[in-house]
Amino acid sequence: MGIIQTEKLTFEYAKHDEEGNVIGMNRAIDEVTLDIDPGSFVAILGHNGSGKSTLAKHINAILVPTEGTMWVNGRDTKDPMELWNVRQSAGMVFQNPDNQIIGTVVEEDVGFGPENLGVPTEDIWKRVEDSLKAVGMIEYRSHSPNKLSGGQKQRVAIAGVIAMHPKCIVLDEPTAMLDPNGRKEVLRTVQELREKEKVTVILITHYMEEVIDADHVFVMDEGHVVMEGTPREIFGCVDELKKYRLDVPQVTMLADELKKRGLDIPNGILRTEELVEALCQLKQNT
Amino acid sequence: MIRDITIGQYYPAKSILHRLDPRVKIVCTLLFLISLFLQKSVLGYVIAAVFLFGVIRLSRVPFQYIVKGLKPIIMLLMITVLFNLFLTRGGAVLFHKWIFTITELGLSTAVFMAIRLTFLIIGSSLMTFTTTPNSLTDGIEKLLYPLNKIRVPVHEIAMMMSIALRFIPILLEETDKIMKAQIARGADLESGNIIQKAKAMIPILVPLFVSAFRRANDLAMAMESRCYRGGDGRTKMKPLVYKGRDRMAYLVTVVYVIAVFAIGRYVPFHIWIF
Repeated sequence: MGIIQTEKLTFEYAKHDEEGNVIGMNRAIDEVTLDIDPGSFVAILGHNGSGKSTLAKHINAILVPTEGTMWVNGRDTKDPMELWNVRQSAGMVFQNPDNQIIGTVVEEDVGFGPENLGVPTEDIWKRVEDSLKAVGMIEYRSHSPNKLSGGQKQRVAIAGVIAMHPKCIVLDEPTAMLDPNGRKEVLRTVQELREKEKVTVILITHYMEEVIDADHVFVMDEGHVVMEGTPREIFGCVDELKKYRLDVPQVTMLADELKKRGLDIPNGILRTEELVEALCQLKQNT
Repeated sequence: MIRDITIGQYYPAKSILHRLDPRVKIVCTLLFLISLFLQKSVLGYVIAAVFLFGVIRLSRVPFQYIVKGLKPIIMLLMITVLFNLFLTRGGAVLFHKWIFTITELGLSTAVFMAIRLTFLIIGSSLMTFTTTPNSLTDGIEKLLYPLNKIRVPVHEIAMMMSIALRFIPILLEETDKIMKAQIARGADLESGNIIQKAKAMIPILVPLFVSAFRRANDLAMAMESRCYRGGDGRTKMKPLVYKGRDRMAYLVTVVYVIAVFAIGRYVPFHIWIF
């Protein structure tokens, strides 16, 4: 059994008109069944309104399924007795860096989670130090979060989650509000964590470039999982991705266009170097 | 201009004042404020000034930074001074023209009021400069803890205060942004009488409130996802334990208060009849 497993997960919410009367139900997630292996790096892709963020909130039991079940680390998120266990084993990083930092000093914010868990004081300090080191923010420990850049704030938020020693981290569009440098910074941190701490990472995003290194990719559209596979398999189907209003990385796009014009290039090219390699090979063969 | 407000902000530095227990700082600030209002002698104010100056030096917060914090209350100060100056009657008349009369008592009250208010603001902002909002609320929480027995939600109140303080700079920045956005769309915030100016604030306040609620919602979710469930079963990263320097600080403050009162009572050194 995977660290995160869902069985026909469905989430509905009521639509209201301007007077607040219910005018119908909206299915944000429709019978999603998936299974995520411990220690893997999973990306969930989707356009706005595809239900990807709603799915993320289920992992943390902020939302509970209307129908179906979600298990996190083997625990049913619907069970109120397991709520805090679920939230401890699945940490969550949100989109807006400002709205998730509670402390007024970096280290106090990182300590917030362990404090809530009732961890003894000396352990909190150790956890705070370890997690700040893990995200490379240890030299900012006594700074005010207001003075940090967006990328740094997100790294602090990640440290705050790691300090709770979760089994998996859910990142809900962590780079959406950052500039390109901040984005790189955050993704590098996530990568390093995965290698060092061996946590499961679930990255929710609509930037295709960010999912190249993932082990497994789910593509969501209108509440359904419409595609599933390794990044190479997913990016091989450029036309299908376009149907779901997703942009493929430029180099994949170029490779696809060249292929359509009759060049013999393998499917699912993800990096510039790969395309260069493929083209050189082609030239040598002719 | 709006970002210049320094009242209530933490000033990071390494000083003995920063390391003191927040409870000490809260109690001592209160004692200081009481000492300002319960004594009337000039010498008492001199001692208060010396004490305050000493504490400022100890805190390592730059003097200009503290003075900057006084700016927003200058209006308030002026009004208080003017009212006291013209409306307090007593003693010899120093100045009289039409309806304006300045008396000896009025003058002395006005001057003392100005000094008191300035000291009061400096004293209390020194506390917030040297204490992180979190430890400040920790201190308040611990000091008010006995109220928990009569079902006052002490922890929740403390948490609300610390969050409010954390969001002050963020919301100020946001106000600035919204103002600029509305000015860019042709909103006129400068001209007109006071009512028109107040009306012009509406397009700034409405988006500000909307965004504040959105932030509150996000923050609540972030807190819940990090297992926040109120004060029960929570441990502290920085638990409050009195140390030697804290006892020392209590002692110094108590000595100061006694000195001020003793001098006010027993040393007949009054310039004004007061």
